[in-house]
Amino acid sequence: MEPYLKHESIAALMDRSNVDTDQIIPKQFLKKVERSGFGIHLFHDWRFNDDGSDNAEFELNKPAFKGAKILVAGDNFGCGSSREHAPWAIADYGFNTIISTSYADIFYNNCFKNGILAIRVSQDQLEQLMTEINANEGVRFTIDLENQQVITPAGNGFSFEIDPFRKGNLLSGLDDIGLTLKHEAKITEYEQHHKQNFPWLWA
Amino acid sequence: MKKTMYEKIWDSHLVVDAAGQAPLLYVDRHLMHEVTSPQAFEGLRLSGRKVRNPHSILATMDHCVPTKNRDLPIADPIAKKQIETMAENCLANGLNLYDMKNPNNGVIHVVVPEHGFVHPGMVVVCGDSHTATHGAFGALAFGIGTSEVEHVMATQTLPQKKSKTMQVVVNGSLSKYASAKDIALAITGKIGTAGGTGYVIEYTGSAIRELTMEGRMTLCNMAIEAGARAGLVAPDEKTYEYLKGREFAPSGQNWDQALDYWKSLTSDEGAEFDTTIVLEGADIAPQVSWGTSPEQVVGVDGVVPSPESFADEGKRKACEGALAYMGLTANTKITDIPVDLVFIGSCTNGRIEDFRIAAEVAKGTKVAAGVTALAVPGSYHVKKQAEDEGLDKIFIEAGWEWRDPGCSMCLAMNGDELTKGQRSASTSNRNFEGRQGKGGRTHLVSPAMAAAAAAAGHFVDIRTL
Repeated sequence: MEPYLKHESIAALMDRSNVDTDQIIPKQFLKKVERSGFGIHLFHDWRFNDDGSDNAEFELNKPAFKGAKILVAGDNFGCGSSREHAPWAIADYGFNTIISTSYADIFYNNCFKNGILAIRVSQDQLEQLMTEINANEGVRFTIDLENQQVITPAGNGFSFEIDPFRKGNLLSGLDDIGLTLKHEAKITEYEQHHKQNFPWLWA
Repeated sequence: MKKTMYEKIWDSHLVVDAAGQAPLLYVDRHLMHEVTSPQAFEGLRLSGRKVRNPHSILATMDHCVPTKNRDLPIADPIAKKQIETMAENCLANGLNLYDMKNPNNGVIHVVVPEHGFVHPGMVVVCGDSHTATHGAFGALAFGIGTSEVEHVMATQTLPQKKSKTMQVVVNGSLSKYASAKDIALAITGKIGTAGGTGYVIEYTGSAIRELTMEGRMTLCNMAIEAGARAGLVAPDEKTYEYLKGREFAPSGQNWDQALDYWKSLTSDEGAEFDTTIVLEGADIAPQVSWGTSPEQVVGVDGVVPSPESFADEGKRKACEGALAYMGLTANTKITDIPVDLVFIGSCTNGRIEDFRIAAEVAKGTKVAAGVTALAVPGSYHVKKQAEDEGLDKIFIEAGWEWRDPGCSMCLAMNGDELTKGQRSASTSNRNFEGRQGKGGRTHLVSPAMAAAAAAAGHFVDIRTL
């Protein structure tokens, strides 16, 4: 995983709530056995017309949002299926940051495994950011994870909360599994207890 | 300190709980299917790691498998490769796989309980959000992403954040025609699809106690639709009776020891939940979803709501969008909505009890003109049992298609799908846009409601039959 660095990027807006993972990456694209190449299918059913052309009505197709790394969206983003293909598609498309009031649990976890920073903000903060994007499409926000800051040209900056463990992993780009395996001795010790206390699980 | 069942399971599975890092939770059972595992196996291979405990894993093929003409090769080359990759990965790692031809094959969350692979008090994961199903046994069961699938294979643990606890009490008894599915939909309607975010739900109350194990599985299955990490029902005599004698259930002396442990798991009298929701069982009418989110539901005697009836602006906009997508007009009576296709099956409602109830309604009827009706058992065992009971004949005589097991139209990955504008009555769990096929319109219902809609060609208040 690439370390997450401070950056200034275009912020795209999806003013919708309850965007589910079936929309983020529709099921017809879940049959691949690779991790890569999902970006071209991101939001497929919304993004493309039946003849395969771009749907001009779909917000991410706006020219001003091309190249955006930050996605600002309504609440309960990523609900539904556990498919990690959703963050794979989001990252592959080019986003590394999502800003919303809330996320579905599994999706939220999946983001951080793929170098995506999912920032939780208040309803007021979200509305301010949305207003700023609507007033100036193509506006660039700065995301400073180290100092937990979102900075905007109109001065709608604020600090955000994040679990220190997730923050550390994003900043370092470290592999979760490697970190867990540092506790190998404890896992083995737990398993020995487990075998004694719950022999039927190991029969 | 008095503890809830969730807290007891959590505490007994903590491997590491140190300051400055996420608590590490031990995983007892890991369930797998073909869609969310291949990239995890690849990751494992690339990093030179091995599956730590192959016996903790049970795998099946369900999402992409055809539900008819199984003897022919899979037509879709990408699906075929995914199926083959699953077989290769399981063979290479010594995992127990119920492949497409195996008599134990079926939908993962139907197959696993059939074999007694999940017990009370376990921590159970699967790269599938409907893992919540197994909370019916009093196991902490939740869906994970593919990176986490790899993590569990390599370490048998997962870094986890502790959830808050929510108690959902359903008092009294359900009316004769309401089911576990209706409880699940009613709860989602009440608290919303984000209402349970950050929580583990424990379902309590007499209406929950009265549910069969199949009903409890249906209920817990849809905990995720309310946003919860997991759903739990405390184990009781029904749980023990269900498990006894199954392949992976404890036996002999182990059974007695396990039983003592299981009985200790229930939430302590007076244990505190962070939040409590109360429903009256008798008030729950058969539910029908009208929109594109499982929270957009109403009783069958109701009408399609109007956007103006929502005070919240987000919900008003969502209602407008849903009505446009669903091709519905506000204030239409639910029983006036016609259907083109009826689907009974899925990890929500693909168990023997679901087919018994549906067959009771379908018996002696004919599928309405222009309607297609699919009965897709959740597993080969469900299929065989239904056939032994003569249920297949009831469906076939009524004009239904009687298929082989799989996820089928729940998410339409295997070729069973709606065409644009087609409308379904479906016993599955999600009515998201395009879930059952691009432009398809899904109404979520119970098996009895689905069977009644198939015969009438529109939704029917089964309480009036």
